[in-house]
Amino acid sequence: MSKFKKKKKGLPAISTASLPDIVFMLLFFFMVSTVMRETDLKIQTPKLPSATEVKKLEHKSLVSTIYVGKSKDGKIKGDLIQLNDKIARVSDVRSFIYSERAKHSEDEVAFMTTSIKADKKSSVGTITDIKTELREINALKISYSTSKGEVFNNVE
Amino acid sequence: MARRENPEINAGSMADIAFLLLIFFLVTTTMDVDSGISRKLPEKQPDTDIKPPVLKEKNIFEVNINRNNDLLVEGDAMKIEDLRQAAIDFIDNGGGNGKKVDGKEGEPCDYCNGAKSPTSSDHPNKAVISIQSDRGTDYGMFVSVQNELGAAYTELRNRLGLKKYNRSYTDLVKDLSNNKGNEELKAKISFLKKAYPQVISEAEPTK
Repeated sequence: MSKFKKKKKGLPAISTASLPDIVFMLLFFFMVSTVMRETDLKIQTPKLPSATEVKKLEHKSLVSTIYVGKSKDGKIKGDLIQLNDKIARVSDVRSFIYSERAKHSEDEVAFMTTSIKADKKSSVGTITDIKTELREINALKISYSTSKGEVFNNVE
Repeated sequence: MARRENPEINAGSMADIAFLLLIFFLVTTTMDVDSGISRKLPEKQPDTDIKPPVLKEKNIFEVNINRNNDLLVEGDAMKIEDLRQAAIDFIDNGGGNGKKVDGKEGEPCDYCNGAKSPTSSDHPNKAVISIQSDRGTDYGMFVSVQNELGAAYTELRNRLGLKKYNRSYTDLVKDLSNNKGNEELKAKISFLKKAYPQVISEAEPTK
């Protein structure tokens, strides 16, 4: 009689055996798509202006980036320029570009682009000074780094 | 003696390890692609006195930005929203003859849809946009103006591209990036660029 003892019925546990697979898949996706932040920002992260006519910068290794923004603690008035890991002055832009050029072969130098990542609140004067320096050493390709969006909220 | 089987390794904590790594990469990921408005700076001029070419007043589209981020276009105050259309009207005016090309006398612009006003630009290849900003102008405003003027050229090129090749300029550029080295596309793009050459001059900002 008790041969067919009824098993206690309950909800069967959901198998979590494939959970690691799912997680690993996500993990690989993020590992592949990750771009590690190469430089520590010594200034406030610039709030980039937005624009519609944007072009993607190709060949990341040929891009040298100049950051312009406010100081982190807000104590120093005016714009700060960051090259590599250091706060620098406008006159240092030249040696920065030279050292960037030294990393590449001569025929690649013509394709090198300088990307200016500046806060939308920084002043045009600072940017002009940088541009003048770049002109002096014939680094003529520049890109004003922007995010994608409408331009009408760039000025508050 | 009892045969010892290799005990199976408990894989239950595998998920935890993977989660930990996943969270690490999630936090460090920056998904932003570097993009921006590309410009080419003018080459450095030798110090000798070279007289700048004389341009007719009507072929210059003057844009001034002051330190309060106000816009002055051709002597009138303007909102940034209206700048694009104003620039298009100026470039596309086609009120006279174009530049000399290959020794031939300039011809009137046959693809312009402008008002052909005698007080505005003669031909797209003669039209020059001049931006003068102040050192105190916000960079955001400066970028907005650059963007709107660039957009004006793109819009005109798009229009001509649609008329001539049934494909807008933006699409042609996109096609070329998917199909590098296609001579036909290159020729089309350079034709459109030549039809509406982008001449934006930046004057030294006022102090």
